[in-house]
Amino acid sequence: MRTEGNTGVKTRNENGPPKTAPIQSATFSNSINAEIRRAAATGLYDIRGGGAKRRVPQFDDLLFLGASVSRYPLEGYRERCDTNVTLGTRYAKKPIVLDIPITIAGMSFGALSGPAKEALGRGASAAGTSTTTGDGGMTPEERGHSEKLVYQYLPSRYGMNPDDLRKADAIEIVVGQGAKPGGGGMLLGQKISDRVAEMRNLPTGIDQRSACRHPDWTGPDDLEIKILELREIMAWEKPIYVKVGGTRPYYDTALAVKAGADVVVLDGMQGGTAATQDVFIEHVGLPTLACIRPAVQALQDLGVHREVQLVVSGGIRTGADVAKAMALGADAVAIGTAALIALGDNDPKWEEEYQKLGTTTGAYDDWHEGQDPAGITTQDPVLQARLNPIEAGQRLRNYLNVMTLEAQTIARACGHNHLHNLEPEDLCALTMEAAAMARVPLAGTDWWPGKSGTGF
Amino acid sequence: MQTYDLEADGLRGLNAALQSQTGDTNQTSWEIVNPKGSHAIAVGLDAPIEVNVKGSTGYYCAGMNKLATVNVHGSAGPGVAENMMSGIVTIEGDASQYAGATGHGGTLVIKGNASSRCGISIKGIDIIVHGNVGHMSAFMAQSGNLVVCGDAGDAFGDSIYEARLFVKGSVKSLGADCVEKEMRDEHIELLRDLLERGGCDAKPEEFKRYGSARQLYNFKVDNAY
Ligand SMILES: Cc1cc2nc3c(=O)[nH]c(=O)nc-3n(C[C@H](O)[C@H](O)[C@H](O)COP(=O)(O)O)c2cc1C
Repeated sequence: MRTEGNTGVKTRNENGPPKTAPIQSATFSNSINAEIRRAAATGLYDIRGGGAKRRVPQFDDLLFLGASVSRYPLEGYRERCDTNVTLGTRYAKKPIVLDIPITIAGMSFGALSGPAKEALGRGASAAGTSTTTGDGGMTPEERGHSEKLVYQYLPSRYGMNPDDLRKADAIEIVVGQGAKPGGGGMLLGQKISDRVAEMRNLPTGIDQRSACRHPDWTGPDDLEIKILELREIMAWEKPIYVKVGGTRPYYDTALAVKAGADVVVLDGMQGGTAATQDVFIEHVGLPTLACIRPAVQALQDLGVHREVQLVVSGGIRTGADVAKAMALGADAVAIGTAALIALGDNDPKWEEEYQKLGTTTGAYDDWHEGQDPAGITTQDPVLQARLNPIEAGQRLRNYLNVMTLEAQTIARACGHNHLHNLEPEDLCALTMEAAAMARVPLAGTDWWPGKSGTGF
Repeated sequence: MQTYDLEADGLRGLNAALQSQTGDTNQTSWEIVNPKGSHAIAVGLDAPIEVNVKGSTGYYCAGMNKLATVNVHGSAGPGVAENMMSGIVTIEGDASQYAGATGHGGTLVIKGNASSRCGISIKGIDIIVHGNVGHMSAFMAQSGNLVVCGDAGDAFGDSIYEARLFVKGSVKSLGADCVEKEMRDEHIELLRDLLERGGCDAKPEEFKRYGSARQLYNFKVDNAY
């Protein structure tokens, strides 16, 4: 209400037309405008960690049907429902045998603190699963604390050496990541401590960008020869995974199989990253849900579904997500962000410090700045001392156990005695989008968009 | 001397035999006949043995080499001595793309020419090329030395870190952040040693040195791509 001084003139409203409420633009929202102002002030694009924050069709858009008259369930706590999975059965003499189908995704030492890597190793080992190194090489701590360790073979080849290769339980050739398919890593100067710099053979304190392409192969025919070389170096003992970001899952999976992969790791766009451009995270890649069926189709068309295992990642949070991914045909899943949250990332107990950093619990994503109050995405010795790797490892183990129990609960309710027996027929979709992407019927119908033999 | 017929006895047997050699082996000298351009010959070696490959090789010969001396009596395919840690690899003929890629140590000598991306992403290896190198050589090279007695192609040393590059002939163009640098006495001495190890009779004084301008080390408005 506008009053015009003390002249006694009545406010406009009383005689004028009715006022309307201010309307915010859906196109030029306040957060978009703030980003325009930030860009205008700095001339730099926004870099952050984490995965896509926008809503995309995802596992919550699917439901399990459960058993009834036509199918009968298994007894909730007593009847057997196995969870084990073996990765690398195609060519490796020593495949990886896991108790649960939930692995810890590759996250680099450098992006994560030493105690965080140790906690991941402890928690995963206690739960009977594997962990994965990342850009920057293998640390003795993580090798020591991880019963099964997957060694990433990345474009940067930081810290890559044949001794660590022989110490690894499997090799993961990283072609891409869901958060940034087509992009390389970034580690900003704040996190290039002397130890990180030495492991990567770089000057301390520089803003490091990792290559986005492998230096010594291009294309699927070269990849086949690269896999041959790695197998020869490791005497054909260890499984070789190929990790791709979700872009063209049918062809990428088929080409990885043709090149000789034992395992395909497929990471959707919700997948986390330690640091990259926000525009990349939010605007490049396919939702995880949209990746799985085409990849499984490729494996089936080549006659290798279950022989070449498919590990799906990107936004896996609960046992329900695990069960849904597996029902769509995955052999296992991998988690990154969820594992960090189990360790203590974005915990409300640090709210006061998040406020000081200009953010709040749940939204803290400036992992590249190395000031993580929880001591996880930092190389600061004081901050990282806040993370007790033993306790954090126990939290991760508990969380992995809960997810496994949840997935088993669902599998039993659907009448399956192994998580691998979950199938698309156990599912329905809540939205047309999810129905189309997952190729399961829209709830209450027997139809999904694109279903063969239907009019659409 | 042990002789291995690759065509008759297969790749797996060859690498298994070579990889099983330890520091105190008596079988220190190996000859590989009929390589016929096979891939992944003599990879992952970890002992001070000498391996002579009598012919040309395919991809990744001597990949991830440690301690061994590998001589290719022919030309080498892509990625020869990739990610080498130590030892000496010598190519009598030419080398294809990515020779010495990401090498952490040891010495790679190429008596002929090297193709594109020679010394890409190197991390400590010394590479001495008697002839020319192709485009994008020493891309993102982190540390170590690349010596080129002939000419260098386009975008030489693009996005280079702390590696040192020496070229006797011409450089077609320098890549982003790569500049010519002063040849000081210490560099002459270093280069003299490299040339000697590479069996080159060129004089260090005839070379120019290139390295990083270090302008891309921190993100700024103008280089944040
Ligand atoms: C802090 C952090 C660091 C990461 N570092 C790597 C890496 O070095 N190499 C890699 O292939 N993926 C890396 N990723 C991606 C993960 O391996 C994985 O694909 C992703 O986290 C899965 O999605 P989620 O976070 O939704 O579970 C990283 C992710 C995070 C959160």
